[in-house]
Amino acid sequence: MANKLKAYTILTLLVIGLVFLGIGCTGNENSEGSSPVQDISLKGSDTVLPLAQAEAEEFMIAYPEKSVTVTGGGSGVGIAALIDGGVDIATASREMKADEIEAAKANGINPVEHTIAIDGISVVVNSNNPVSELTFDQLRGIYNGSISNWKDVGGEDRPIVVISRDSSSGTYEYFKEAVLLGDEYRPDALTQPATGGIVGEVTQNSNAIGYIGVAYLDESVKALSLDGGNGSEYPSSENIISGAYPLSRPLYFYTNGEPSGLTKEFIDYVMSEDGQNLVLEVGYFPINQ
Amino acid sequence: MLNRKYKEKTIESVLFSVSALTVVILFLICLFLFRDGLLLFKDTSLLDFLTGKFWYPTSVNRQFGLLPLFFGSLLVTAGAILFAVPLGIASAIYISEIAHPKVADFLKPFIEILAGIPSVVFGFFGLVVLVPVVRTAFNLPTGQTALTGSIMLGIMALPTIITISEDAISSVPSTLKQGSLALGATRWQTIYKVIIPAALSGISAAVMLGIGRAIGETMTVMMVTGNTAIIPSFPGGILDPVRTMTATIALEMGEVPQGSTHFHALFAVGSVLFIITFLINLIADSIKKRYRFKVD
Repeated sequence: MANKLKAYTILTLLVIGLVFLGIGCTGNENSEGSSPVQDISLKGSDTVLPLAQAEAEEFMIAYPEKSVTVTGGGSGVGIAALIDGGVDIATASREMKADEIEAAKANGINPVEHTIAIDGISVVVNSNNPVSELTFDQLRGIYNGSISNWKDVGGEDRPIVVISRDSSSGTYEYFKEAVLLGDEYRPDALTQPATGGIVGEVTQNSNAIGYIGVAYLDESVKALSLDGGNGSEYPSSENIISGAYPLSRPLYFYTNGEPSGLTKEFIDYVMSEDGQNLVLEVGYFPINQ
Repeated sequence: MLNRKYKEKTIESVLFSVSALTVVILFLICLFLFRDGLLLFKDTSLLDFLTGKFWYPTSVNRQFGLLPLFFGSLLVTAGAILFAVPLGIASAIYISEIAHPKVADFLKPFIEILAGIPSVVFGFFGLVVLVPVVRTAFNLPTGQTALTGSIMLGIMALPTIITISEDAISSVPSTLKQGSLALGATRWQTIYKVIIPAALSGISAAVMLGIGRAIGETMTVMMVTGNTAIIPSFPGGILDPVRTMTATIALEMGEVPQGSTHFHALFAVGSVLFIITFLINLIADSIKKRYRFKVD
């Protein structure tokens, strides 16, 4: 018995030893194999993050000796980092504000804007909901609390359950600006920590309304046509690319001065056909060139 | 010989510094939490924070009122305890007094597994299964309510309550039990007249720790309670969406600019949460001490 136990102990130690040996080996290979000679860093919008990450991965596969680091944090965080000279490219899902440009100029930074893709926000309801289009005024009323029943917007006599994202989402800010025109979200709106939560609640609750990126649209929910004053438009790719759909916004890269070196190479890659195809794959829309 | 003595000393001091590290970490967490939390009161008065009725962190007229979040936490936790305490104590009594040892041995590991399930899994289960059930059962506009959170938290607090109550019940001296049975009391009379009163302080400690577990839970409540920051009515608000203190921090910490008022407000909420759980643990500890004295 004691012998058996001893044998097990030795075996276990041996296995652990081998594992550590293995870890040691790969570590060495990595540090010797591909030490990057050039690197740039991107920081900013969480909306742009999946796109920037996909672009960076493909770019690094094509040019293994170059390294592109992408981090999120929010548009404001990225722009602040650009102003401090901390990053090569700031990613943003909104335009730089006037005071940000001023702060940059004061710091000797000359921000240059590059539009890299277009993002659409769709307003979704349960598939059993007879409502299929809303005007911006109705949508604003629903989200600021002045409309609380579906019958007021042409639906059934049922309460509206309004769903919003949490305040750290870029979409939350954009929606507040574009639809609520600065009004507060109604205080009784449900707040979901992720797009998946919104889709989940809308799928099973026929009273619910929420907003999600067009990239996340699927058959489980119904996207509404929106009327921003120029007729009702469905969030189809054509309408978003042409700008006819009212809830779409450009996504930006900001650089300090005209890009050069690796920064220019990376932006050129993003704007190339390969890069723009990737935009579609990630779920955003390529820009007209 | 000398060598051996040194070795003992070294091992002892290494073990001491490792355990001392826990205290240091706790102290540092306190320090940083309170330091950043206190900075809020440069912009907002303490009274406004503690008695404010509105939590509008991103609006033009920012308001950082704790009350909606505090009552949200309170409501969800109270519901969880109402749900978990009777179930938990009943299970503990069954396992330690009534069940056949084989049945008890079969049940115990399952209770322990329940404690090991990650909270995001509980949250997912709640969102997909319980939320629609609550909505249709009470015919509500949405199933994301305080009640849903309470039920989920109750399930999550069950293992804590069962395990600690069971410990308390089984450490009641068997002489007490045998004496009661010898006097002609039935098994049920023995349980509720002798064993439960004798184990009461241990059971109370279990309940307090269960409350501590429930009030600090984040992921699950964030996924099932709807996160609406308005003061819930009582007791009807149990069927309305609520937002807890923990969920607020988790929801808003992501993109809050560092060093802003909002940032400090979240730390202040964290400090309040810390003080509450600290007090609950202190109470549980003192109850436990009393109970140990009693059994001896």
